[in-house]
Amino acid sequence: MNRYPLWKYLLILAILLAGLIYTLPNFYGESPAVQVSPMRTSLKADTALLERVNNTLKAANLAPEMVALDGNSVKARFADTDNQLKAKDLLISGLGEDYMVALNLLSRSPQWLTQLNALPMYLGLDLRGGVHFLLQVDMKAALGKSLDAATGDIRTALRDQKIAYTGVNREANLLVIKFRDADTRSKGEAELKQRFSDYALTATEAGGEFLLQAVLKLEAERRIQDSAVQQNLLTLRNRVNELGVAEPVIQQQGADRVVVQLPGVQDTARAKDILGRTATLEVRMVDEEHQLSVGSAAPFGTEMFKDRSGNMLLVKKQVILTGERINDAQPGFDNRSNEAAVHINLDGVGARKFKEATRENVGKRMAIILFEKGKGEIVTAPVIREEIGGGRVQISGQMTTVEAQNTSLLLRAGALAAPMEIIEERTVGPSLGADNIKRGFDSTKIGFIMVSAFMIIYYLMFGTISMLALAANLLLLVALLSMIQATLTLPGMAGIALTLGMAIDSNVLINERIREELRMGITPQAAIHAGYDRAFGTILDSNATTLIAGIALFMFGSGPIKGFAVVLCLGILTSMFSAVLISRALVNLIYGRKLRLAKLAIG
Amino acid sequence: MEFFKIKKDVPFMSYGRYTTAISLVTFLFAIFFLFSKGLNFGVDFTGGTVIEVHYGQPADLAKVREQLAQTGLADAQVQNFGSSRDVLIQIPLKQNIAGAKLSEQVITALSHQEASVEKRRVEFVGPQVGKDLVENGALALLLVSIGIVGYLWLRFEWKFGLSAIIANLHDVVIILGFFAFFQWEFSLSVLAAVLAVLGYSVNESVVVFDRIRENFRTMRKAEVTEIIDNAITRTMSRTIITHGCTQMMVGAMLFLGGETLHYFAMALTIGILFSIYSSVLVASPILLLLGVSREDFIKPEKTEAEEVLP
Repeated sequence: MNRYPLWKYLLILAILLAGLIYTLPNFYGESPAVQVSPMRTSLKADTALLERVNNTLKAANLAPEMVALDGNSVKARFADTDNQLKAKDLLISGLGEDYMVALNLLSRSPQWLTQLNALPMYLGLDLRGGVHFLLQVDMKAALGKSLDAATGDIRTALRDQKIAYTGVNREANLLVIKFRDADTRSKGEAELKQRFSDYALTATEAGGEFLLQAVLKLEAERRIQDSAVQQNLLTLRNRVNELGVAEPVIQQQGADRVVVQLPGVQDTARAKDILGRTATLEVRMVDEEHQLSVGSAAPFGTEMFKDRSGNMLLVKKQVILTGERINDAQPGFDNRSNEAAVHINLDGVGARKFKEATRENVGKRMAIILFEKGKGEIVTAPVIREEIGGGRVQISGQMTTVEAQNTSLLLRAGALAAPMEIIEERTVGPSLGADNIKRGFDSTKIGFIMVSAFMIIYYLMFGTISMLALAANLLLLVALLSMIQATLTLPGMAGIALTLGMAIDSNVLINERIREELRMGITPQAAIHAGYDRAFGTILDSNATTLIAGIALFMFGSGPIKGFAVVLCLGILTSMFSAVLISRALVNLIYGRKLRLAKLAIG
Repeated sequence: MEFFKIKKDVPFMSYGRYTTAISLVTFLFAIFFLFSKGLNFGVDFTGGTVIEVHYGQPADLAKVREQLAQTGLADAQVQNFGSSRDVLIQIPLKQNIAGAKLSEQVITALSHQEASVEKRRVEFVGPQVGKDLVENGALALLLVSIGIVGYLWLRFEWKFGLSAIIANLHDVVIILGFFAFFQWEFSLSVLAAVLAVLGYSVNESVVVFDRIRENFRTMRKAEVTEIIDNAITRTMSRTIITHGCTQMMVGAMLFLGGETLHYFAMALTIGILFSIYSSVLVASPILLLLGVSREDFIKPEKTEAEEVLP
């Protein structure tokens, strides 16, 4: 009765073997590495890049332990951080602007394991060190921006159709369009209804004026907010690329939040500067009709801004383009004058608008204004020489190469669709990370040894079997975590220790049950059978309740707590498997064939 | 080896009145401290900035405080953290200071004073986040409770679900009471521990309940109290050993896991100790009070309903 068919043994063996293979990479540790990846999507990391990296390193007599192509990047592993840093500097100067060179850690596990997709566990920021930011997107600002744009568009539309209006104003979330009489209003309403389907229109009268009120429809509002977050995610991704971080995480969290995790980054001031740069770009025309008088207010329809050298310029309020329309910006040189220049590439809509604006304004100056925290600064205000079509724009004149680089970086990193604010920061230094790993590992190890020793002394052979099952549980849990590349955090390590402590419960239940059955005087074989059989229902129930808690933690927890929850849930599953199946297999293997079993070594 | 060789069933249920009274008193004390002292919520919930720094030699806290006061942070709390070289600085949330930039200002100020200072950890939590965490924590607690009651109802009977959850929420309140009394910091990881305890200590009740259900089937002539007494007595050995083992693991974390895991392990320790008590000596008396009976499990045979065929 206590025998397993051969296939069951083989299955268990196969699972344990797989567990061993996927656990192995964790034992090899990590080495410092350098990761080279292309900055732009048009560039690919290929064998040519691999060759270049190899040659650059060889020329400087740096011997990497390994250089390989991995996904869309080339990684080179070194024996120590000295060589790693040297290699980084070399590669930055050797490969130029098009590639990002970042420091990273790479597993030392052999090639065949990596080919099996067996990777070490992914360590969370509290274990490897780094920065975690939670950013809140200012949705009110995103909506306001789109309402402002609509105000301008409504004016143009009414003017185009020659419908007389006396004013278009924005009052908080409401756009109010004023007409002279009901007739023109109904004409205007028909026109706007057709063109601005995102807005709900209502006609009212107040103070002898005929008004049309436009409110954003709910689904349009949602769409605007969604695209604002998406745009910000994209922008953040570009900006983080400029930072040179090996494995950044940039994700949306909830409706209006963004998580940014930068492993290994210690210079938090710079990271915040680059991320928190709530810059938006606008292209407008410089107002040359009015004289600028110091101290007086700007004339109606214009605003005053400083440029980089501190001179004031009058700029029209009407916006030609915003930064969202810029696809790419690169520093370079003017073909004719050989001056430093910035080459800008606009998207389709941007190209059309830009063409119109330049055609109408040849000989005039346009201003590119960077808004940071509500304050605008003119990045550059070049003169328009000719109509510019095709979306390729060059800005040159009075720029040094460094300025050209900075300007292009600002333009390229793009504008955020809505400002963002850092609402949470967690920084962990590398030494604390290393300490945390050691502490987590030590407490698991000591706990495991104590529990094992106790089980063996108390239950003898059955205790030994329980201990082996517990070890198998640890193996499978680590293998699973490595396999799904779940993030291991310090609470996650605590979760491993805790699930091990809890997993022993199943074995204690079984062993106690067997003892009890023996006391009632049944034969050892029958006692084993009854013990496992009866304990199973209890094991199932008690694990299910813990699983419920684990799932709730996963659903509502954030960051490190989620890590704990993942480990808890997986640990429950592996512990059921190992406590019931693996320990049973061992018991069957040892006792199953003994027909005349008189006594069990169960203490 | 065997610790518990109990020949006769211990009449636990006859002590029911006393044990419930003891629980009630502890529970009321916990509630009292929760209201009079309140929980010492960590930065996760209140918002604010926590900076942990490490010095090359034992740090002079007075000098650190002085430097911070000069930076305009007179209300910063400065204390040692784990060792004399590690210093924890807590700065409450303030309106006029850009929270996100604060940590750099502090580190720069401190490094002027003492070059060996090393940044170990920075946590800044804005006010919006803390509120969300409290809400999510409460929601998780509610969901776990409902989930457990639901599961036990399905597997056993509503009386079991109800008494188990009462016993375990009582554990949770007592853990919180301890944290309020000693003013230990209540952080996110402590909340995780509390929720884990909720799931874990229900285990305990489940094991006893399982035995009670089994006894209803096997001990046909016995009284309900006898059945419960027998179930508790026979699972006692397992209870102590299991919790002992779990406690060994948790104890390792308590002493070796460092400051971060210390209170996490502390919450678990209290939870484990009280869950032994409550699941045996609180859940079962409540079960008795709710009037559990054999009929809850062994349903009188139903007469087959006649089938109506088209």
